[in-house]
Amino acid sequence: MDDTSTAPDLIRGEASSTVERPLERVPLVLNRRNFTWITERISGVVEDRAPRWWWVCFTITAAIAMFGLFCIGYQISTGVGVWGNNIPNGWAWDITNFVFWIGIGHAGTLISAILYLLRQRWRTSINRSAEAMTLFAVMCAAIFPGIHVGRVWMAWYLAPIPNNYGIWQNFRSPLMWDVFAVSTYFTVSVLFWYTGLIPDLATLRDRATTKIKKFLFGVFACGWRGSNRNWRHYEMAYLLLAGLSTPLVLSVHSVVSFDFAASILPSWHTTIFPPYFVAGAIFGGFAMVLTLLIPARSIFKLHDIITPQHIDKMAKIILLTGSFVSYAYAMEFFVAWYSGNAYERFAFWNRVLGPYWWYWWTGMLFCNMLSPQLFWFRWCRRNILVVYFVCMCVNAGMWFERFIIIVGGLHRDFIPSSWGLFIPTWVDIWTFIGTLGIFTSLFLLFIRFLPMIAMSEVKIVLPDADPHYTPPNGHYPVQAGGIQRT
Amino acid sequence: MAAEYPSTHALFEAAKMVRDAGFKRWDVHSPFPIHGMDDAMGLGKSWLSAVVLIGGILGISTAMFIEFGASWGLYPLIVHGKPYDWRVVPAFFPIMFELTVLFSAFAAFFAVLIMNGLPRPHHPIFNWDRFARATNDGFFLVIEARDPRFTEVEARELLERSGGQHITIVHED
Repeated sequence: MDDTSTAPDLIRGEASSTVERPLERVPLVLNRRNFTWITERISGVVEDRAPRWWWVCFTITAAIAMFGLFCIGYQISTGVGVWGNNIPNGWAWDITNFVFWIGIGHAGTLISAILYLLRQRWRTSINRSAEAMTLFAVMCAAIFPGIHVGRVWMAWYLAPIPNNYGIWQNFRSPLMWDVFAVSTYFTVSVLFWYTGLIPDLATLRDRATTKIKKFLFGVFACGWRGSNRNWRHYEMAYLLLAGLSTPLVLSVHSVVSFDFAASILPSWHTTIFPPYFVAGAIFGGFAMVLTLLIPARSIFKLHDIITPQHIDKMAKIILLTGSFVSYAYAMEFFVAWYSGNAYERFAFWNRVLGPYWWYWWTGMLFCNMLSPQLFWFRWCRRNILVVYFVCMCVNAGMWFERFIIIVGGLHRDFIPSSWGLFIPTWVDIWTFIGTLGIFTSLFLLFIRFLPMIAMSEVKIVLPDADPHYTPPNGHYPVQAGGIQRT
Repeated sequence: MAAEYPSTHALFEAAKMVRDAGFKRWDVHSPFPIHGMDDAMGLGKSWLSAVVLIGGILGISTAMFIEFGASWGLYPLIVHGKPYDWRVVPAFFPIMFELTVLFSAFAAFFAVLIMNGLPRPHHPIFNWDRFARATNDGFFLVIEARDPRFTEVEARELLERSGGQHITIVHED
């Protein structure tokens, strides 16, 4: 291969190597874009008028969210009986939804924090949206523990203060651990996300055309001026927040898994749950990130920043975590059999052939175990439709998995006299759809009003950002109509 | 006195020249943090990490205080026959961990704002209209007149020698 053929390969996003330049990295921003292009393209999304499709989508999702809030209000005022929950199924769609949404949130923190610590520079195109997705997912998740208690006006009993009888909380309970874990996770995610936003808000402030925009962006940018003395502390804070968020994300979903693992129910009381849940969370979360970003990049023409390479890498992570999850499923079955415990063996046999058998075959087997295996094939990772199909399968599969764990474990436990089926009511179903509406509405608002890609971070991964970089032909890249820098 | 530079490389070299000339009250502005700029400016490590450590220690102490206090002293709860004295401590670890992280994160966030003097409604550098590029694609170096080594002629000559363009005096009002 000679020099002339490698340049187009790089622009197309394919890796190539020559004898002169072995192991040439595929550029993270294609077509040799410069800083101004990145600022213009990303700020343009915020500064232009909202396109018509945005209004259409927002109206639909907001309407669904409103109906979901109505269902929640109906449930709080009438009682938990409007759901299909019964004895033995004390938890059903409520906690399934809670774990589902929290799991989705974890991918955002992984991309922001863990990939930062691992020096994966490709994270810069996706971390802002992924973090925002985390915040909205955790907001949706937090609804469920709040409303599922029934007497929501007593939810303040969970705060670490003595209640009106002078009784303190039981800090040994996983449900209390959950309160602290989820609140900490939400707060730390907000702080991390906002810290990252400050330089970009400064960019929007400096480009603002109206007084109101300048004032609002100015207030939230806190007077940021790009001073290196400030960047120094900022970088340290960013590193530390990333370092704190990493164990946090691992611990939060482990604590959520303890809600089940610390019980005595067969198929719940198992030490595999913390790593199983965390891997599953990352698995489902990455699928949701791709579900949101693939349309966004097409609509806003961000193909040069969220490149095929980014999607390829995310698909590989989905494959990896999907394989962890598949292995965990296999181990659960094996250990249940190996243990010789009749209740444990029955619980798993019941998943495959019991009344909820089709949830297992579609959700856990097809969606979670089989569909991500398509990503072994490069063609599949590079074909957007296949990627989108697998991501939708994974989203659904992860919801089914949580349902099978929760209701599958509860509806048939030790003695047949305790058994009882769970059938969802319209309130269950529409509350969940409502949270999907809340999540999508919030994400639409985010992409409308805030920069959905971290501009300052993407600029760092451009080759021109390196002070020791000399451009190959002596000229820095120029955008059409832009200023030639020498 | 401020100057603009065409690239990170130029700014990096200029920063080293200004550092070696012995100036102390000066700064470099860029739309993203430039790798190695802290050394080029002669700045050391950021001690924000110490503040975060203090936050973390406060967090774990608060958690221990609340949990041990409630379980050992204020209201020992007998639940499922599980212990509530010293043997229960492993059950307290999750909350101790979470509060450590929470307080550390608050410390990091507030420290980054306070140590940078933010939020700052106005800074004199914003009086210069070219400075709006600092958050887009501009690279700037500013030497303050308050620096003891500052003389207008010397500063201008240094900035020109280092490759600075659009050298301007930016006034405080």
